[in-house]
Amino acid sequence: MQIDSPQFWRAGAISVIAVMTVVLIMLTIDSLAAIRSGGTHVPPYTVINQKIGYKYDSARAIDVPTVAGDEPLFGRAETSEQVAALIGKGKLVIQSRSCMNCHTFFGNGAYYAPDLTKSWLDPGWDAWQAITAAGSKEEAMVRFLMDPVKFRTWTRTMPQLNLTREEAVAVVAYLKWMSAVDTNGFPANFGLISTSR
Amino acid sequence: MYRSQRLALKYLAAAIGFFGVMTLAGLMSAYYYINPDFLFGILHFNIAKTLHIDTLVIWLLMGFMGAIYWFLPEELGIETVGIRAAEIMFYLFCLVVLAVAAIFVVVQYGGSDNAGMWLVNQGRKYVEAPRWAAACIVLVMLVFSYNLIGTAIRARKITGIMGVLIVDLVPLVVLYLDAFPAFRNMSVDLFWWWWLVHLWVEATWEVLIGCIMALALMSLLGTSRRIVETWLYIEVALVLGTGILGLGHHYFWIGTPQYWLAIGGFFSAFEPLPLLGMVVHAIYDAGTHHMKTSNRPAFYWMLAEAFGNFIGGGVWGFMITLPQVNLYAHGTQWTASHGHFAFWGAYACGVISVAYLVLQRIRGAASVDGTAWRWAFAALNFGLIGMVGTLLVSGFAQAFIERAVGGSTLEAFINAQESAWFVDGMYARFACGLIFAAGYVALVYDLLTIGRRVPARAAQPALP
Repeated sequence: MQIDSPQFWRAGAISVIAVMTVVLIMLTIDSLAAIRSGGTHVPPYTVINQKIGYKYDSARAIDVPTVAGDEPLFGRAETSEQVAALIGKGKLVIQSRSCMNCHTFFGNGAYYAPDLTKSWLDPGWDAWQAITAAGSKEEAMVRFLMDPVKFRTWTRTMPQLNLTREEAVAVVAYLKWMSAVDTNGFPANFGLISTSR
Repeated sequence: MYRSQRLALKYLAAAIGFFGVMTLAGLMSAYYYINPDFLFGILHFNIAKTLHIDTLVIWLLMGFMGAIYWFLPEELGIETVGIRAAEIMFYLFCLVVLAVAAIFVVVQYGGSDNAGMWLVNQGRKYVEAPRWAAACIVLVMLVFSYNLIGTAIRARKITGIMGVLIVDLVPLVVLYLDAFPAFRNMSVDLFWWWWLVHLWVEATWEVLIGCIMALALMSLLGTSRRIVETWLYIEVALVLGTGILGLGHHYFWIGTPQYWLAIGGFFSAFEPLPLLGMVVHAIYDAGTHHMKTSNRPAFYWMLAEAFGNFIGGGVWGFMITLPQVNLYAHGTQWTASHGHFAFWGAYACGVISVAYLVLQRIRGAASVDGTAWRWAFAALNFGLIGMVGTLLVSGFAQAFIERAVGGSTLEAFINAQESAWFVDGMYARFACGLIFAAGYVALVYDLLTIGRRVPARAAQPALP
């Protein structure tokens, strides 16, 4: 087979595709184990019963989530079944309201509204607790989600998406769980730098 | 003319129509950035954005299908098998797209349950279409596959290009099946979602347009099959050799293991290689034929395809593909800049080129040229490059102010969006979008009339 013959390059293409596909399948099997709920990179859904942080890990040289101590959502710990149902509901709310076409999750989506990867940990919620007259961060988030036009943040107002309280609670639970996912340091320096205007 | 080619005309016409819807929805999406109160409470950004990106996928897919229905009977020498089913599928495809667009505009949001996913909006970027519509699209793709495979079997002939095309149908259909699940776990959801989005756009579609351009080159320039097929195999080897594991550049930050930073960064850095090959080939062809052809618009759009694919997909993609940069550029307007340039260069220019090829043939014009296509070519490309440039400026500002300096909080996001660099970039992007839209109008006018009117200048001699 000559190097300038199509057959030579066809054989090359088939070989390359075969090798790359096998490698991808092997990596996929390993990655799916790591990203299942309770895997090495993705926390179990029950993590929403605990206190979540985000700090620099000098060994890995990136920011990583931390989980330490109890801090149940709305002050009541949920069973693993209840939590799984809540997280499942939260995901369906996020899909049904097309949140990804304004916001980003892990940086994926549209770029019209803020990235929500670590939004549970955002320092801004302290102020919103006062604005919404809520007794806790999670309650402030629920009140905002149920009436974002009333609690409008800036010129680009989040629209009224008619979330029920149950749906808003599920979204907050989802955002809390998501903030504990190990995202290899994305976003960098989250909340560690003053952003005062 | 084969019946398959009459169907091709319908597909290409529908593609150009949905190109217009995409342009309008894109203008709306751009306008929200400079007037956030636009249609507030009636039609929000996320719906306009959904229409913009979904019609992008649809018009390109329809353009590809039109191109293949055009070339298939010529390549194999017989009428396409199952052409009646294919014709029915065309009308089904159009009806489904129109129905989904109407649902998005009128109903907008469904319930947070399986019924909402089946009937209204799945809310996953690019695959928002409800499951009933996704099922119809799978049916259309299956019939399309049957047309190709059935025709090859009946013709008892399999050319190199046809072989690549048929193998490419497998991932084209199988990967789309990710349009159905609603994984609870966002990391798992995005893991498979990228199989669909990346392996369609940066692998399967690249091979598909490679096949279409190979057929178009033989038709337009009379390039020898041996050369075209050799280049196609090289391109397939390079596209899939770099692109399959290049998938890893989407796995940096979604919760996947850290080894993807090295794998994704390494392989995606080589993804521009096959695109550079296309540029080399385009320059070679242009030089060989001294830029002379009986179909100047098709030839120029083909050159735009090669250069746009390399610069938009390759160079612009390389800018943000290394994890050290992507950490700050990911999810900003910088990404949008790359997305616009890459889709335009890699696919849109190719579909427009095929449309001109087909129109010359059906109108029986020995040569097509004129003024209108030049205006369309200039306005569309100038508008697009303008949008890409202005989005890049806004993206730089966002990456710097929100990500690097601000630490990506909600307040840092607002700070970046309110910066003069970002705001001015958005105004300029909208202005460039208007130029692009004007180019679209000129393109439609030219497509409707080229080959029918008296040439404005002496036609170039047709190639032997």
